Amino acid sequence: MKKIKWSKTTGKNTMTYGLVILAYVVLQLFGAAGLMSSSLKGMLIPICAYVAMAISLNLTVGVLGELSLGHAGFMSVGAFCGTSTAILLQNAVPSAPLRLAISLVMGALFAAVVGFLIGIPVLRLRGDYLAIVTLAFGEIIKSIFNNLYLGVDSHGLHVSLLSDRTNLAEGGSLIIGGPMGIGGIQKIATFTAGFVLIMVTLVVVFNLVNSRAGRAIMAIRDNRIAAESIGLNITKYKMMAFVTSAALAGAAGALFAMNYSTVVANKFDFNTSILVLVFVVLGGQGNMLGSIIAAAALTILPEALREYADYRMLVYAIILILVMLATNNPTLKSWLDRLKSGRRKAKEAI
Amino acid sequence: MTFLNFLISGISLGSIYAIIALGYTMVYGIAKMLNFAHGDVIMVGAYICFYAISRFELPPLVGILLAMIVCMLLGIIIERLAYKPLRSAPSLAVLITAIGVSYFLQNAALLLWTPNPKVFPSVVGDGKVELFGGQLTISHVTIVTIVACVAIMIFLTVFTESTKMGKAMRACSEDKGAAQLMGINVNATISITFAIGSGLAAIAGALLCSAYPTLIPTTGSMPGIKAFTAAVFGGIGSIPGALLGGLLLGVIEIFAKAYISTQLSDAIVFAVLIIVLLVKPAGLLGKQIREKV
Repeated sequence: MKKIKWSKTTGKNTMTYGLVILAYVVLQLFGAAGLMSSSLKGMLIPICAYVAMAISLNLTVGVLGELSLGHAGFMSVGAFCGTSTAILLQNAVPSAPLRLAISLVMGALFAAVVGFLIGIPVLRLRGDYLAIVTLAFGEIIKSIFNNLYLGVDSHGLHVSLLSDRTNLAEGGSLIIGGPMGIGGIQKIATFTAGFVLIMVTLVVVFNLVNSRAGRAIMAIRDNRIAAESIGLNITKYKMMAFVTSAALAGAAGALFAMNYSTVVANKFDFNTSILVLVFVVLGGQGNMLGSIIAAAALTILPEALREYADYRMLVYAIILILVMLATNNPTLKSWLDRLKSGRRKAKEAI
Repeated sequence: MTFLNFLISGISLGSIYAIIALGYTMVYGIAKMLNFAHGDVIMVGAYICFYAISRFELPPLVGILLAMIVCMLLGIIIERLAYKPLRSAPSLAVLITAIGVSYFLQNAALLLWTPNPKVFPSVVGDGKVELFGGQLTISHVTIVTIVACVAIMIFLTVFTESTKMGKAMRACSEDKGAAQLMGINVNATISITFAIGSGLAAIAGALLCSAYPTLIPTTGSMPGIKAFTAAVFGGIGSIPGALLGGLLLGVIEIFAKAYISTQLSDAIVFAVLIIVLLVKPAGLLGKQIREKV
């Protein structure tokens, strides 16, 4: 029998899968036993969406090594396209889970296309300039969806920008209403769907990272010139990571939107992009399990701080600064390391 | 004449962006970090100025000076507490810390000053100058803004070119280690840069709120992002670049609002930025750094 090679990465990846499954099972059991508060129950789907967002952004920031400040733009594309698909298919596909699946796929597809189009100019730039252009694209996407009108009637789809000129025939309905966004969404997103989305995201990202392409992407991150000199096609591999990241964010956006009855473009602004970036940096760049934990913890944290009412966001900000200082300050870090090694020595002595 | 009117209001808005962008660019030049909290320092400056003028009925100039002093202290404190411990850390960590500081300032303002919008009294009154028989009206705020921008620009250029402190700043931005060996106090230089940047933010806050008089705890964030864009537009780290970027951004924004579409004006501004960066990847006046292999 061939022995399966059990490398360090495989072990770590299996642990990540295992922990996600464990968390799902435990939460389901808690829910069934009625131990979960209603506020936590309502947050399960947003947490799933943010976890998927964090994993997908980690692909761009951690694995590809480029700072993106406009990840919420892809989430927005996914949310609007996915939700529109769900509304259009309301009668054609009666099964809710199937409709949800199709919508997520459509959200991912559209986000991938937008990601590709944005990637062409963005990936030519470097460092802070790349970051500012992703920010700019995020704002542009927000502005466009804020002014987009999409209606459907017996003649098909009607699209107009800036003002409602869809001129729908009788019996038609407006799906996207400019700054009003999409209203009357059927909340078909479920926690199980969120769990499946996280698993799919993990499978896609882990398989990409552990493939030939993934190693090429990391080589580009570590030293672009060296990677270029051994004949790697920089644009191709950068684009691969960027588009995958966009597509996964699109699916997450679609899931997120279908948990609410209305969705507006302003929900996916610069602050949302930053929020997801905070998850990635706190969890550790390139560390998917870290992203998952950070996303879940930081989504729950403001709720958990509810008893401090007005002070909760202030406390959140202070915690954020303190965590960054604690994990990145050389003096504090060496002090923590010494503490750790001291404890280990103490154990050995016993 | 309407064209001239739009042009002047564009230059006025652009001057405000330029003053904010100068703060961004100076801090970036020396600390190599995107200080996302800069926009919120503007807001703090505007609030201090508001309370000084409306509550304590101080003269506007004293109000602005007070706001500048408070913001300069705030800038130094932020740098000492949040950024200095991270000077050798990866840039992303510093970025997230800056975002944390930004959240902190916004929420502290929310608690201190409540979310209710305050009507900011103009620091120069409501007067206006009429030219060409009333066809062209220029408000005093506009004139003061433009004059302030030019004055600040001249001051900064002279300061960085010929004073000892300015030279130290340029030395630090080029090579901190070498600057330290030459006997420059790097920490003090960085603190002073933050102080100047934050002082400029206070002036920008007072001018911004004189032109657009609603003051809420998030007032600073959008102008902050726009000015950041302006700094990149002109080439981040370059002082004339920040001025040029700010002015162009303001003019483009007003023209886009006037001639194309009000709702899409932000999208147009950002689209222009993207096109400029594609042609000149280091901004209009930025230095293109050759990579050495």
